Amino acid sequence: MPLTPPAEPDPEPKMNWASFYAVISGVNRHSTGIGRIWLSVLFIFRILVLVVAAESVWGDEKSGFICNTQQPGCNSVCYDHFFPISHIRLWALQLILVSTPALLVAMHVAHRRHVDKRLYKLSGRTNPKDLEQIKTQKMKITGALWWTYVISLLFRIVFEVTFMYLFYMIYPGYKMIRLVKCDSYPCPNTVDCFVSRPTEKTVFTVFMLAVSGVCILLNIAEVFFLVGKACGKHLHTAGDSTMGVWIQQKLCSY
Amino acid sequence: MSWPVLYAQLVGANRHSTSLGKVWLSVLFIFRVMVLVVAAESVWGDEQSDFTCNTLQLVFVSTPTLLVAMYVSYRNHSDKKRLLQSSGRAGLLSNKGQEEDLETLKKRRLPVAGALWWTYACSLVFRLLFEGGFMYALYVVYDGFQMPRLVQCDQWPCPNLVDCFISRPTEKTIFTVFMATASSICMVLNMAELSYLVAKAVTRSLCGQKERKTCRKSSRVKTQNKTNQKLLVSA
Repeated sequence: MPLTPPAEPDPEPKMNWASFYAVISGVNRHSTGIGRIWLSVLFIFRILVLVVAAESVWGDEKSGFICNTQQPGCNSVCYDHFFPISHIRLWALQLILVSTPALLVAMHVAHRRHVDKRLYKLSGRTNPKDLEQIKTQKMKITGALWWTYVISLLFRIVFEVTFMYLFYMIYPGYKMIRLVKCDSYPCPNTVDCFVSRPTEKTVFTVFMLAVSGVCILLNIAEVFFLVGKACGKHLHTAGDSTMGVWIQQKLCSY
Repeated sequence: MSWPVLYAQLVGANRHSTSLGKVWLSVLFIFRVMVLVVAAESVWGDEQSDFTCNTLQLVFVSTPTLLVAMYVSYRNHSDKKRLLQSSGRAGLLSNKGQEEDLETLKKRRLPVAGALWWTYACSLVFRLLFEGGFMYALYVVYDGFQMPRLVQCDQWPCPNLVDCFISRPTEKTIFTVFMATASSICMVLNMAELSYLVAKAVTRSLCGQKERKTCRKSSRVKTQNKTNQKLLVSA
């Protein structure tokens, strides 16, 4: 997928989303079509939006959070009380965790390639062209790889749903409040505290929630696709067996 | 902190690791370095010093792998020398043949046996010691993994006992717990890898102690049977 992440104006190179993209997109070759769409949605509508836009919106969340008091420490304590973990960090953790099941598939593919290579060597085919072909050929999602792939999809769905639930528990509702009332120590009484850029934050929160929902739907569709494909293949090859014939007859009678 | 350079060094040494070692490297870079750079550094961004500790831990924990990298490059260098000497003496190999041999030397994967086994096992032990040491240091210096909201201080030049407020304590606690958990997972992986290496060495020496002929013959038959099975399945 020819996507280049935006150039960051950093004088010093650091391990960032670009290297993460390189790692994850390697898995892309062995995904289904829906899997590739999911990866594009993840990188364009979530990681890119997070890095390019959302981080600057939440950049002044602490410095822009002002309470109507001169009492030192009140600002800090009230901010901590209402924002236990920032949206940005939660989304970053969500993206990291949601992308990692793809590595299970990458490890399985590497293991299969290793086994194939050994097989070739044992059967005497040590031609370097053959060995190169093993590296570049696309693995079919069958057998144990099918199970690894489906399990990785299920993990992805579980992580996405868990994070959406966590989000709902920590910040009930999608709207960012403009004003919070706080009376934790050392605030002298109930003080008004104002959140910076609440509307812009609401817009981004809604956007990220919507894209999360789309990703969950894509993952569910992919699971159904794989299961359907496997069932279809099983019916086709079990054409001789009585069970297969019975199922085919039943399906054709509708 | 130049993480890509560290990553490049570790990936090079990774080729000679066991599978558990490769999993450890992925866990290290994705769940610890990535989270540190992408999320945690901005949480501690408005602090003065607390982040040096976590970064130092990651650097120290990665360095024993460089022992393995150093040993592998030493082996490659001595094998290369031997190859050049023998080809020079024989004078039979053409330039192209020699180049091909040198390329295979660079690309080959050394089996984890003999002196490499000891280097690898030592690097694992050092990794475990560094991880445990840093976790303990963090626990002792900061009185547990929880970040307090308020500390009371009467150090000079504070006039009396004053209240000092720490910024974002909850978020910091969450990330400290996350990093401690990732550290523990890495320690478990390292211990599993060490046990696997020891078990492998023990079985290898037991196999060697039995009559060498019968052992080799039966293992050859076993490998041939496995190959035949796989060829039949793939057909």
